[in-house]
Amino acid sequence: MEKIKVQVCLGTTCFVMGGANLQELNDIIPRKYGDKVEVVGSNCLGLCSIQWEYSKAPYVKVDDEVVHEATVEKVLEMIDKKLGK
Amino acid sequence: MNNAGQAIHLKKEILVRIIKAFFSDNFEENTRLIPYAMRPKGMEVPYRCCVYKERAIIKDRAIAGLGFPIEEDDETVSLGTYAEKAIKRDELDGRNLTVLQAACKGCSTNRIYVTDLCQGCVARPCQSTCKFGAISIIDGRSVIDDSKCKKCKMCVNACPYNAIVKITVPCEEACPVGAIKKDETGFASINHEECINCGRCISACPFGAVHEKSQIIDILKAMISKKKVIAMIAPSIAGQFPGDIYKLKSAIIKAGFDDVYEVAQGADITANNEAKEFMERMAKVNEKNSEWLSEWANAGGYGESEETKDEEKIQNFMTTSCCAGYNQLVKKHLQEIKPYVSDTGTPLYYTAEIVKKAEPDAITVFISPCVAKRAEGFDNKNVDYVMNYEELGALFVAKKIEILECDGEKYVVEASKQARCFGYSGGVADSVKASLQDESVIKPCIINGLNKDNIKQLKKFAKTGECEGGCNLIEVMCCEGGCIGGNATMNNQKTAKKLIDNLANNSKDIPKI
Ligand code: FES
Repeated sequence: MEKIKVQVCLGTTCFVMGGANLQELNDIIPRKYGDKVEVVGSNCLGLCSIQWEYSKAPYVKVDDEVVHEATVEKVLEMIDKKLGK
Repeated sequence: MNNAGQAIHLKKEILVRIIKAFFSDNFEENTRLIPYAMRPKGMEVPYRCCVYKERAIIKDRAIAGLGFPIEEDDETVSLGTYAEKAIKRDELDGRNLTVLQAACKGCSTNRIYVTDLCQGCVARPCQSTCKFGAISIIDGRSVIDDSKCKKCKMCVNACPYNAIVKITVPCEEACPVGAIKKDETGFASINHEECINCGRCISACPFGAVHEKSQIIDILKAMISKKKVIAMIAPSIAGQFPGDIYKLKSAIIKAGFDDVYEVAQGADITANNEAKEFMERMAKVNEKNSEWLSEWANAGGYGESEETKDEEKIQNFMTTSCCAGYNQLVKKHLQEIKPYVSDTGTPLYYTAEIVKKAEPDAITVFISPCVAKRAEGFDNKNVDYVMNYEELGALFVAKKIEILECDGEKYVVEASKQARCFGYSGGVADSVKASLQDESVIKPCIINGLNKDNIKQLKKFAKTGECEGGCNLIEVMCCEGGCIGGNATMNNQKTAKKLIDNLANNSKDIPKI
């Protein structure tokens, strides 16, 4: 099975709007999913500038799917969905 | 998002919108529209009962963002009018905190409460243990008479079913000096005479009800005036944004400032001066000790029972003086420790002095992790405004500035390794130590976050002239973790500290005195 790739946006907008708290995912994801899921930090994903959507930041991408106003819980939920759990 | 997360997100979004409105063609009107833009007609209501209530609360939060006290709003004044008033204002008042009382409603008052777990047992240990006769049995269940209850928690501990609980109010619990209280009407209010501006209540309230009164409009106004506006960044900022402090400098300039100084530059002076002062004070202690010894010997070594008067008391320790929250605590609640507090200026004090000397006409803005520094800034004529990290972040967002894409720029004066660590617990004591030739003379005692207990301890130290364990330098930081735990910080402490250490490890050592 392909690895799931989680990209946590560390661009300024996402970081300021709450993305700083998502760094926890770096610990949680490997612990929970082992090597089935890979988590990386990313520069601005470009989502904040589409119609200047800062109010929906922070953004996280799980493969191609975007999680807006992302929280640790929301991201884990999305991963579970992807894994078909 | 949990409640607090939502509230913080909301506060920042409102700030971004205020800043955007400021730079738009119609500040007043676009400010007035903020609640409607955020909660348009027909929108599903995320948190509260209806869209109208949500808008009302957004309006209240925006009032604080514009720099006015929410408590004084009489609801008839529109946000547009507040915006206009903010533009016209040329003075700040010294009160920095304001409570959005409408948000308090969700939180029940501080009391002892018998839950449904009460089994109505025959032994009734709760009733017999209560010294105030506050518990009676009604319909076979214990009931507390709130007018008699003294909240001593004896019954809570006595109940074998754990059926009795203490309901706490987070802001009241968090305040180390009892300055915020929820009254009978259910609203929290701040006693500004008692408040030390530590910002604990801001972080503690799950509804985000406590706000800092922002000076953002005043700062933006300064930026579009002809004057130079100079940012002075607190050391703890190194752990708070993506990228390093060099990229951050470029980003801050892009955001509208003319220049950026590290307050760590002033921290070097603070540490050096504090080290000198420490040595002088300790020399005095030795002198007094030997004086006292010889007197005692002359008197035959007996009959020395009279209590030493305050002026004569030997001061065996010194406390640091750079934390604004602690300084306010001393001023308002702990006068007795004043003689022990170092007379050395804070890093901000020296930095602002340097900046104003170099640029007498410039407007200075301190960029701060906490609300306490607003009070310090207000009292210091060299500091014109204070802006916190969240507000700086909002400014970046509003102006679409991507820090990681900025070039990066050196500082004219680069601070030392030790000074750059002033922002976390232990950092100040370490810097003072590192300033001395013989570091071993300092025995530090670290107060990492003020609370009711260690305030009592400090009182005791002041009374006896002696610190626990023979320590002679007490570093006091009001927030747990130090400035990286300040109410307006954005990063978690572990990462923040790591980032600061990365920077520090590439910096030179502090000069010795
Ligand atoms: S900063 Fe995250 S999408 Fe731009």
